[in-house]
Amino acid sequence: MSLPDSYLRYDSRRYGMDHELYAWSMLPDRPKIRWPGEARLALWINIALEHFPLDTGQTPFPPPRGLERPYPDYWNYTLRDYGNRVGCYRLFRIVDEAGAKASVAMNAALAASTPFLADYVVEHGYEVIAHGVDMAHLHAAGLDEATEREWIERSLDLLRKRTGQRVGGWLSPGQGQSPATLKLLARSGVDYCCDWSNDDMPYRFSGPAEGLLSMPYAFDLSDYTCMGLWFQTAEEFADQLVAKARLLLDEAGTGGGRMLCVSLHPSISGHPYRVGAIREAVTRIMGMPGVWAATPAEIAAQFKAQA
Amino acid sequence: MERKAEPGLYDYLPLVSRPTIRWPGDARVAVWVAPNIEFYELMPPPNMTKNAWQRPNPDVMNYAWRDYGNRVGVFRMMDAMRELDVRGSVSLNVAVCQHHPEIIRRCVELGWELFSHGVYNTRFVLNMTQEQERQMIRDVIETIRNASGQHTDGWLSPSLSNNPWTMDLLAEHGVTYTCDLFHDDQPMPLRTATGKMCSIPYSLEMNDVLVYTRAMKSPREYGRMIKAQFDQLYREGADNGMVLCVPLHPYLIGQPHRLEPFVEALDYIKGHSGVWWATGREIAHWYNENYHEAAVEHAAKLRNDDVPA
Repeated sequence: MSLPDSYLRYDSRRYGMDHELYAWSMLPDRPKIRWPGEARLALWINIALEHFPLDTGQTPFPPPRGLERPYPDYWNYTLRDYGNRVGCYRLFRIVDEAGAKASVAMNAALAASTPFLADYVVEHGYEVIAHGVDMAHLHAAGLDEATEREWIERSLDLLRKRTGQRVGGWLSPGQGQSPATLKLLARSGVDYCCDWSNDDMPYRFSGPAEGLLSMPYAFDLSDYTCMGLWFQTAEEFADQLVAKARLLLDEAGTGGGRMLCVSLHPSISGHPYRVGAIREAVTRIMGMPGVWAATPAEIAAQFKAQA
Repeated sequence: MERKAEPGLYDYLPLVSRPTIRWPGDARVAVWVAPNIEFYELMPPPNMTKNAWQRPNPDVMNYAWRDYGNRVGVFRMMDAMRELDVRGSVSLNVAVCQHHPEIIRRCVELGWELFSHGVYNTRFVLNMTQEQERQMIRDVIETIRNASGQHTDGWLSPSLSNNPWTMDLLAEHGVTYTCDLFHDDQPMPLRTATGKMCSIPYSLEMNDVLVYTRAMKSPREYGRMIKAQFDQLYREGADNGMVLCVPLHPYLIGQPHRLEPFVEALDYIKGHSGVWWATGREIAHWYNENYHEAAVEHAAKLRNDDVPA
């Protein structure tokens, strides 16, 4: 058996992207963005609050840190749950004591099942980002559009009612998308989507998602990737956060404002032996001249006003 | 088997709103060390869900690695702990009582707790009927009693395999704590049909197997992790008593190149006042006696305080 000749046909081989979702643009070629107070680096800390139901499956793709052991996988269920009962409160304290700000990407199911946590988030002034229904509701090709719309609406409605916030941000569970996700988000009145970890600055989606802003979330330098997947130590992860802040601050001197997204999962970073290093990194970055602690909505608003 | 979305075993009890635990002597942290003394069969029977070994039986390389723990590592680990004056709470594959009674006698001499890690580490409860599981539970309880006179208070399932009814069966047989749940740094009440059980922290993060073979850390890094875990819990324990568990496997920790950083970490903890060097049973009983009801009531109060949006 061999490949058909069409395998050597390249229909999207042209200047720019191989899709219509956003325009091609190199970071150094863009207009400079100025953050408030002549700040050079916007610090965005996101804490993911996720719920993995005990019957979470492995389709359409295995959810990151999903339950892969035989049912009932108490091991993984309870380890994830640790983050929402114990770990997140350690991270919240770090954010508060450092005088930083945070967004909280929250599965709607978790806001419904643990109102204490939802209320705590609101009372502490963290910005809530819709993070889908839960980690068993994955957005991916094959999901029919009506169902996906219903999941998005359900997640937004529930979080908006529960928190009283605008909830203008979206992060898909596992950063998964179907071909329709961006369009549906734009039509649901979402301001920005965090799924595309392809930039150090916001940018605009186009085509069917016109009006939607991309707020690139940290994937490469996240606690999930560094510690969850690659088993680096908390100190190694923290060192890289500080190094990234330094380089971006330096780059901003000539290139205009930059953004540092710190992606934390309480069931990873919230363990006792790790929080010390996380605390030190956040505190050190907050102490660097030119750092603006901001929520993603604040960063998005500044960006939109200028670009 | 019908699959549930939630285990239904415990309530939400956030770190920032829960009853305050005071350990004996007003200690900030209860520290317990849990060596797994295990027997892996050379030719285990198959289980349709999970193979015991990665290679076709006999998996000589992996079998021998575990066997080192019983032939060599365990005595080295025991001597180090005796010198530190730290008791172990043994997660025991009870077939060790038949295969290697010398090890059990030594545990009894040292005053260590024996709790259940099933019969063999190569037999899982997966696909057992409730009656088969009850039979295995009774076997474990009887074997530990015959070997040591101790009642089986604690349970860590082989390979941490469970059935949805497992906790109920354990409670029915007088087991008072499980190590299979990882949702907290404090004991937590368990919802069972009968009896009174709690979960106590048995840390996967501090577990030598996972630190060495999954997270691929060095012995020195393991020592640092234990100290860092202790430091944070000790700080928090000033307000609310915490639990530090160090789960061990003699085939790993008893290797000559790994012992010293472990001993050094325990020695570091020994240098602090306000530490309760406990066994799993002592922690569970203290908790069940003094805090079990309070935690259940507090969780119910949090639930009832919820105003639906």
